[in-house]
Amino acid sequence: MVNATAIKEIANYLVAGEVEKREVKKVTAHLKPDLTVEEGYRIQEEIVTMKLAEGRKIVGPKMGLTSQAKMQQMNVDEPIYGYVFDYMLIDNGGKVSLSDLIHPKVEAEIAFIIGEDIEGPGVTGAQVLAKTESVLPALEIIDSRYENFNFTLPDVVADNASTSRVVFGTTVKSPEQFELDVVGATLSINGEIKELGAGAAVLGHPANAIAMLANMLARKGDKVRKGDVILSGALTGAVLLEKDDVVVGKFDGLGEVSFTVTD
Amino acid sequence: MATEVTTKRKQLAEQLLQAETTLVGTLPLTAADPDLTVEEAYAIQLDNINRKVAQGKTIVGKKIGLTSKAMQDLLGVNEPDYGHLLDGMVVENGNVVPKQKVLQPKVEGEIAFVLKKELKGPNVTTLDVLQATDYILPAIEVVDSRVRDWKIQLPDTIADNASSAFYVLGGKPTRIEDVNLELLGMVLTKNGQLVNTGVGAAALGNPAQCVAWLANRLADFDISLQAGEVILSGALSAAVDANEGDTFTVKFAHLGEVSVHF
Repeated sequence: MVNATAIKEIANYLVAGEVEKREVKKVTAHLKPDLTVEEGYRIQEEIVTMKLAEGRKIVGPKMGLTSQAKMQQMNVDEPIYGYVFDYMLIDNGGKVSLSDLIHPKVEAEIAFIIGEDIEGPGVTGAQVLAKTESVLPALEIIDSRYENFNFTLPDVVADNASTSRVVFGTTVKSPEQFELDVVGATLSINGEIKELGAGAAVLGHPANAIAMLANMLARKGDKVRKGDVILSGALTGAVLLEKDDVVVGKFDGLGEVSFTVTD
Repeated sequence: MATEVTTKRKQLAEQLLQAETTLVGTLPLTAADPDLTVEEAYAIQLDNINRKVAQGKTIVGKKIGLTSKAMQDLLGVNEPDYGHLLDGMVVENGNVVPKQKVLQPKVEGEIAFVLKKELKGPNVTTLDVLQATDYILPAIEVVDSRVRDWKIQLPDTIADNASSAFYVLGGKPTRIEDVNLELLGMVLTKNGQLVNTGVGAAALGNPAQCVAWLANRLADFDISLQAGEVILSGALSAAVDANEGDTFTVKFAHLGEVSVHF
């Protein structure tokens, strides 16, 4: 077991990487080689508490490792979650500055705006859809604080699931209008399609990711809350961002999201 | 010289037919003949198609292959290829692909175009294709190679009718104006488990663009696409190995589902 002081130290270590925009060695390299997933979430909670104390506000949770490929790569059978804060939001069509980040990558996702609290365990995707007010397209910018995006599962959990920036689309739609598992998306950079996928790439259906989130939160007595705006996981692979990139995500029926990368 | 070429072509065409009939994969044609060109390979394909037509088969459409960047990179090419669809290749939605008719089958999800008017290249544009299309359908293509272990180079697969075997059409006929082809999503499941997802843009950016490519490429052989022809426009996700007992279902946005059993 790791004590509260050690949890705080590791949280400070990771936040310093984010604030100073520099890579840090993964926690399991030297600081705590035997870090567990549960301890990873305790560190994440400490980081969340620190940000809330600074006056930051939570927009909603986000899901990570929701694709079969990523779960196999990390050898896990459950996704992970982290939290998106207000300071991470970029306006649709806005700019993402490389100097604010370490080695950002972008992926296309569907976001859910929750209309009623969802409390696990035993929540299903269908229940999530019934309690979803609307869905909207999003581009998530992940930026692991670890060297070369190289981490183990407890490391990435501790690092707030690599959460960094989010661009939400500006049109919301009712989820009943869609079969979200077959909503197609393309991710283009400077006019060239780099990645593509459909909703089913997220645990078979994006609503399944929100259901899993509710069930995971239930283990610590928490729930998905009315008003949460939740990123459900990537439909596409992640693409490394470079200066002057014009990034466009197109989603069938949901619309487009874009941003430009600057120095 | 001309006789020599003809003899070579006949031999290679025969070699492929033999493999198809006996279900014993052949060595790559390019192993015996490293200089085999793409144009010669199309001539071999056409020889075998003409032979089958002479035996009573009917050409019902075309298929486009190598439409994804991943497949083109794998074979080191920068254009797609095509093959012919014959009446015997159709499997009804939900039905079985007979084991004794395939060697090493793989499954892909695609969008099928049915034309309402002739498309004759050159200079066919994507817009021409949209105007000439009667409707689209969700499709499963069962590809198979008569070349042992799929050890194919571009001329091998072209001569082998672009590795065509069977195709299944399903769902409901949908007007092209009711969908955004580029963003049309699909999910492929095998025995109920998700295998991969895809989007229309996976086929050269837009499946209609693939059909335009086909019409223009066929013009080199003085062939046009006819009203009523079925055109499989190219895989939207990676091909998946099919084994005895497997059931594959492809679900498309807006178009419905199509499935096949092995």
